[in-house]
Amino acid sequence: MTIRKMLLASVAVACAAMPVSALADTSGKKIALSNNYAGNSWRQAMLTSWEKVTGEAVKAGVVAAADAFTTAENQATEQAAQIQNMILQGYDAIVLNAASPTALNGAVKEACDAGITVVSFDGIVTEPCAWRIAVDFKEMGRSQVEYLSKKLPQGGNLLEIRGLAGVFVDDEISAGIHEGVKQFPQFKIAGSVHGDWAQDVAQKAVAGILPSLPEIAGVVTQGGDGYGAAQAIAAAKRPMPIIVMGNREDELKWWQQQKEANGYETMSVSIAPGVSTLAFWVAQQILDGKEVKKDLVVPFLRIDQDNLEQNLANTQAGGVANVEYAQEDAIKVIEAAK
Amino acid sequence: MRLTYSAEAVRLAVPALSLTVLLAAVFWLQPRAMSYVGLNLLFNLAVPIALATIAQMLIMAVNDLDLSMGTFVSFVACVAATFLRDTPLLGTLILAGVVGVYAAIGIVIHLRNLPSIVVSLGMSFVWAGLAVLLLPAPGGQPPDWVRALMTAKPPFAPMAIIASIVIALVAHLLVMRSSLGVLIRGVGGNERSVERAGWSVLAARAAAYGLAGVFAVLAGIALVGLTTSADANIALRYTLLSIAGVILGGGEFIGGRVSPIGAVIGALTLTLAGSFLSFLRISPDWQIGAQGAILIIVLALRLLLARIEKREKAR
Repeated sequence: MTIRKMLLASVAVACAAMPVSALADTSGKKIALSNNYAGNSWRQAMLTSWEKVTGEAVKAGVVAAADAFTTAENQATEQAAQIQNMILQGYDAIVLNAASPTALNGAVKEACDAGITVVSFDGIVTEPCAWRIAVDFKEMGRSQVEYLSKKLPQGGNLLEIRGLAGVFVDDEISAGIHEGVKQFPQFKIAGSVHGDWAQDVAQKAVAGILPSLPEIAGVVTQGGDGYGAAQAIAAAKRPMPIIVMGNREDELKWWQQQKEANGYETMSVSIAPGVSTLAFWVAQQILDGKEVKKDLVVPFLRIDQDNLEQNLANTQAGGVANVEYAQEDAIKVIEAAK
Repeated sequence: MRLTYSAEAVRLAVPALSLTVLLAAVFWLQPRAMSYVGLNLLFNLAVPIALATIAQMLIMAVNDLDLSMGTFVSFVACVAATFLRDTPLLGTLILAGVVGVYAAIGIVIHLRNLPSIVVSLGMSFVWAGLAVLLLPAPGGQPPDWVRALMTAKPPFAPMAIIASIVIALVAHLLVMRSSLGVLIRGVGGNERSVERAGWSVLAARAAAYGLAGVFAVLAGIALVGLTTSADANIALRYTLLSIAGVILGGGEFIGGRVSPIGAVIGALTLTLAGSFLSFLRISPDWQIGAQGAILIIVLALRLLLARIEKREKAR
């Protein structure tokens, strides 16, 4: 009897002590965010999310500090100096959104040699000693065509709106879309324009190409361009195709209006700026002694017909739909990579 | 007994003083920096900036200004991370070739009497284009000897400090103590009198540009040695940093008045100012402004000293 009680008690103590000890391991650790740019709504949301989530974590005693630094100019040499300063300031981990995938490798190596954990996200670095939380942009493109194949089993013509020419992200998403078209051959890309991830540019570009196109069944996008495309198609008085959205507030709002007016259906997909908080938790887990693979993949934020209103309500005017990640999410991502 | 000091000494005093003050402030804010490793981390990125500053100083010595410094150093970094490693001979030839191009730019500017700002601004697009052609996506690797050199751990003083001293000494000997240096400064100071004295101004300007090319090439190689790989946009900041370094170090836009030791100190000061502000935890929105404020304070200090000097002379 007493032995059983003792066992139970010890199990209870162990259970109670476990999360505490997990917290205690990193409670003295300091984490810094090295960010290269803060000049658009996505980056602003990223910094706000960081502040909110890490502020709570510091208050709860999970880590000792989580300071955010942004370089004044978006330059690799400046960010390399910033990282070297962080080494001197004695941070235990650096969470990094890099200005260049390679030009910071020297500074990152210095940090690793000093025993500092470096976790890069969004703008990742190639230095092998750093962790990378990358976005699977290809899958983001492919999943759009997959969604359309469910909505339009008979297929049809697609209009592709691309991003900023020459940027790696644009190539990746576009490659994913073309892969999707290969997988679902009932679709054909009838035309493709560059919308530069901006509604006004996309609207002009789509308006320019529309007269030369046959009937369009769907529009595949890269985010920040869906609303502009919708405006151009409406102005041309053509039937509204399924436009895949990119989580921007104006896009979601337009979608909601259409949904209420005529039951319009689509989906929206992009990367949540809150990925900075995922990187924070991953860094915390590494400091905690967890074994984490060097390459992790961020889940993207997808909005569907049924959770549209809820996401729209949480999105600031002119902003991007966002999610902030919790420690459990990071653990899930780490487990998934194993 | 009244203190007498030469113009050159005054020119050096202000930058040296500002560097000392900043260094003391950084040590006070972050005692960890007061070590071999700490000093190296603080200053190693200043080495390529110091080399670029010397290059800019040579151009400013002949009364010109080079706005292509940043893109040129980026281009050299791309060459160093690709050709210089894979085919050292071809890489060396390319680098020697671009030094020749620099000298040729000097000749064209002189012969056609073109404004150097316009020519170098034009060239900056050429260098940027070539860099993107070489490395459309960031990457490459420095030759092993460059990496070994930049991460060397010599006894007594960290690499960054030794490199800065060597750069300052070599540039000082070249510009202040050699006859070529006197000629270059003479062209900046009074072109016509140099010409009347029977010297070739064309050769002097070509030499100044060629030497600037050599130092800028060294800057690019040193930078790649530190970053371990290149990017076509890696050194865009160097154009303004190098000009600010020359001015901070006691040089002037009016040609002929330059100080190589001061220029290196200026480059170190600029680098340190960034670290100082980041240790102070100044918000990034204010950092550019704060950096500007440091520049203005140093320049104001220099004007003040120059005025005192003038008064002393007038007595």
